Amino acid sequence: MNIHEYQTKDLLNHYGVPVPPGRVVHTDAQAASVAEEIGGARWVVKAQIHSGGRGKAGGVRVGSSIDEVRVIANEIIGSVLVTHQTGAEGRLVRRVLVEQASNIVREYYIGLVIDRATRRITLVASAEGGVEIEVVAQQTPERIIREIIDPAVGLLDFQCRKVAYKVGLKGTLLPQAVKVMKGLYRCMRDNDAIMAEINPLAIVDSGQLLALDAKMSFDDNAMYRRPTISELRDFDEEDPKEVEATGHGLNYIALDGDVGCIVNGAGLAMATMDAITLHGGRPANFLDVGGGATPEKVANAFHIVLQDPAVKLILINIFAGINRCDWIATGIIQAMRDQNIKMPIIVRLAGTNVEEGRAILNASKFPFIIASDLNDAAAIAVTEVNNIVKKVAPLEKEHS
Amino acid sequence: MSVFLNKDSRVIFQGFTGQHATFHAEEAMKIGTKVTGGVTPGKGGTQHLGLPVFDTVEEAVRETGADVSGIFAPPPFAADAIMEAIDAGIKTIVVIADGIPVQDMVRVERYRLGTNSIIIGPNTPGIITPGVGKVGIMPSHIYSPGRVGIVSRSGTLNYEAVAQMSELGLGQSSSIGIGGDPVNGTDFATVLKAFEDDPDTDAVLMIGEIGGPQEVDAARWAKKNMRKPLICYVAGLSAPPGRRMGHAGAIISSESDTATAKIDTIEALGMFVVRNPADIGATVLRAIK
Repeated sequence: MNIHEYQTKDLLNHYGVPVPPGRVVHTDAQAASVAEEIGGARWVVKAQIHSGGRGKAGGVRVGSSIDEVRVIANEIIGSVLVTHQTGAEGRLVRRVLVEQASNIVREYYIGLVIDRATRRITLVASAEGGVEIEVVAQQTPERIIREIIDPAVGLLDFQCRKVAYKVGLKGTLLPQAVKVMKGLYRCMRDNDAIMAEINPLAIVDSGQLLALDAKMSFDDNAMYRRPTISELRDFDEEDPKEVEATGHGLNYIALDGDVGCIVNGAGLAMATMDAITLHGGRPANFLDVGGGATPEKVANAFHIVLQDPAVKLILINIFAGINRCDWIATGIIQAMRDQNIKMPIIVRLAGTNVEEGRAILNASKFPFIIASDLNDAAAIAVTEVNNIVKKVAPLEKEHS
Repeated sequence: MSVFLNKDSRVIFQGFTGQHATFHAEEAMKIGTKVTGGVTPGKGGTQHLGLPVFDTVEEAVRETGADVSGIFAPPPFAADAIMEAIDAGIKTIVVIADGIPVQDMVRVERYRLGTNSIIIGPNTPGIITPGVGKVGIMPSHIYSPGRVGIVSRSGTLNYEAVAQMSELGLGQSSSIGIGGDPVNGTDFATVLKAFEDDPDTDAVLMIGEIGGPQEVDAARWAKKNMRKPLICYVAGLSAPPGRRMGHAGAIISSESDTATAKIDTIEALGMFVVRNPADIGATVLRAIK
């Protein structure tokens, strides 16, 4: 789960990380009054969407007067920002963060990740702040400083000092840097984050360290014990189909193809997408119905997949372990009947109660295409979808 | 012999009297698994499935000599159950739960350091040694005794591979699910080493997926240390970057996390690779011949 920049800054500030004075607003009038209230000579107006690359897309701008802040806020709020992370459709900006602008002397990067190889939280730092850490890691890997944290004792002062000296934070900056790093770590640990970064962490002309931008992601599996973080979830930033899927205990991710997929198990779901791709087709989605799929769950899966207008047919691939093919088949029939589905449905069933499952499908009046194995299922799906596209294409030409 | 679960293994289940543990313990017993009892705090001294129930793992180990535990505790309680098993000296700990907070697993892995315990999972279908027994939730009827070891992150993809192998008359020595979480116990390389040392295994099939360095690390280890053929498939060729594909650990965070990058590297290391998931069985057969 991701949260907005202003929420991350509030949270970090509670852990002693200094951030610029500022507030989130929903209108240009509020933007002007916040600018007046916090004072200063220049202000930054920052679009609040869950995406990087906001600056390049025109979502972060500086105003030198209260009026200018109002104008900028007016332009950004309600606009659609297109960044490298939002896709071509972009994201509607509903609110902006208005902050006192700082005169930056130097920028650094401080972040925490869960390193899969060491199975530990790792502090990552660089003197190359303000640019994406992935870019630094690729171009100048030697400029990245890493410090592995032992969960039994947490991030220690000496580790922070080591990192600070290596990136060049000395003198009066050293104790500030230690405080920022320890605050960031405690914030990550106490709130079950899986990633936290301050980029840039800047030295400003007053000689202070300030977190000018910050980002945190949280562990969905731990949100049951983090009610205050859960409340920060912004459903407007998520695909409504994915939100609905989560509510039904399904894992759904929208993709840009036309072959709808309903599969059990994350690995098999990915392999099914791979098989479709290798046959020259394009999967419309990733969908894992999980273990113990009831007929209702299967019917819900159809409902979600069919909300994507690009879907031309559906491929169902089930290898039942703790699942049961007869329940899956019952769910398929239920969906066909209740949702009045007309497109081709290709079904591959294997595993527990496969004979019962096939019998249920055969006894129905629906024209299912039964596939014998994974390869067969993918091949049929791609052939069928190509036939549909061929039939539709000439018609469209006649109309135009 | 076979890896992690053999004919001498003595198995307990934690969360024994719960619905899922009960069902899967019964299934395990049906195929001959030596289940010696289980643990449910508060129900010590009672009987379940004709076996003793204990309040603590320590007591279960003392009374039954158990060395393998299948943990069926739900995600919020799983970390505590794993550490209790480590404390009691259980050697092989199989963790079925899907959805354990990742920082819990960071602490568990720290707690495990310096002990002889190994953790299989979490978020795994478990371990099966066909003809000997299982600790897990996989449908045992699809497996058959044989000489190919399987290690996978995904459960259903493991079943898919087994079905393809069965079509070609290939059985398994053991099948190990290491689970789909970003921080897991036993990694691919550790399982490869166990199979390399196992006289009943002739070849190993490794089924990976996008995210993390494990598959490539394991293949590098195999290049140096393994004499038996290694066949690899990595799921998620068509997965978009930055999205979690069902498994908490299946996310492309950098170029090296992609299925293509992994499989290309593994192929360059000289391993047998499978690009089309429908060719898993046929590739295993080719590798053995």
